[in-house]
Amino acid sequence: MAQSEQEILAGVAELVNEETGLPVESVEMDKSFTDDLDIDSLSMTSIVVQAEDKFSVTIPDEDTKNLKTVRDVVNYIQQAQG
Amino acid sequence: MSLQSSTGPAHARILSVGAFRPERVVTNEEICTYIESTDEWIRQRTGIEERRWADAGTSVVDMAEAASKEALERAGLAPTDVDAVILATVSHPYQTPAAAAILTDRLGATPAAAWDVSAGCAGFCHALAQASDLVRGGTARNVLVVGAEKLTDFTDITDRSTAFLFADGAGAVVVGPSETPGIGPTVWGSDGAQWEAIKNKQSWTEVRDAQAAGGEAVWPALVQEGRSVFRWAVWQMAPVAQKAIDASGVAVEELSAFIPHQANMRIIDAMVKQLGLPETVPVARDIAQMGNTSAASVPLAMHRMLAEGQAPSGGLALLIGYGAGLSYASQVVVLP
Repeated sequence: MAQSEQEILAGVAELVNEETGLPVESVEMDKSFTDDLDIDSLSMTSIVVQAEDKFSVTIPDEDTKNLKTVRDVVNYIQQAQG
Repeated sequence: MSLQSSTGPAHARILSVGAFRPERVVTNEEICTYIESTDEWIRQRTGIEERRWADAGTSVVDMAEAASKEALERAGLAPTDVDAVILATVSHPYQTPAAAAILTDRLGATPAAAWDVSAGCAGFCHALAQASDLVRGGTARNVLVVGAEKLTDFTDITDRSTAFLFADGAGAVVVGPSETPGIGPTVWGSDGAQWEAIKNKQSWTEVRDAQAAGGEAVWPALVQEGRSVFRWAVWQMAPVAQKAIDASGVAVEELSAFIPHQANMRIIDAMVKQLGLPETVPVARDIAQMGNTSAASVPLAMHRMLAEGQAPSGGLALLIGYGAGLSYASQVVVLP
């Protein structure tokens, strides 16, 4: 079942918090994972794999490379759930 | 007339372990003279504080010989007591013959059967499975199993994704007959669809053709897709390790050590989390001092845990190797 943008954002923020300890409220739509949240490629992979489980979607590694901002991830999940 | 078949003892175990760590310590600061990076960045991404590099005159066979001698001595066996030698490596620089045959001659173990295993970083755990079954099948009484790598010969020290990772070393064990089970069932497999995730940059024929065409030959250094390997290692290998525990019939709480391939501290940490390993089980973290030594990493880490008293002789250890192929193998063993 497709979820709203806000629901997905809240879910992604939880995963980021579990992986990095960053407060959920710091995970905002326009934040860049590398530049603003200081998340490296391995942590990003962890977050993506857990997002696949949480949102029942598939996010291949070649697509993960293009997910720069929180919005990119939220939009990707939303479209994949479509 | 009826054909005879061989039968062996009911069980096999690891009798001893030996190690060779090259003298030269290479710090992260030194690595940062070859690539643009920092000590902090390398530690954060890999957990590696330093690694050992063998000097130009030291070969895979030299390192294997040193580790094997210690293992034989600790087992109280003469080289002539060994009737099979299996060497796991991806960095012996001769396609043929196998390094194991040269090693066997060096040790004075001739005419023991000798062959190499190419299963990347999972090579040692594959060789251990073979050794256990050779002993139990009666094909061999004592088997020398070695993991030896001079990965620096196949490392591009200007490659920002691998220069800090790969290193050199060797570990060896002797596998022999036992009255009680010493090596649990092996859970293993491969996924060749991902063969390009860890590989030599080029094949030898591509090197030859580039030279013949008057072009510049590229040395076939190892390259890997870090992200794909990380995903595979953590989320697919933790269930494999769990299957090896289940197959061995022991409870996770009974383990005295978890000795995974020393690929990257982040993979080790994530795997421990995925496995739900209790905090009471010590985890091998030899990578901090040794870097990633591929097929040598499991016996090297086992050697350190025993030498430093992190795990007891006679305790149960969960081993898992995973890497190029992609290939993997895992088993629970009794520590020597």
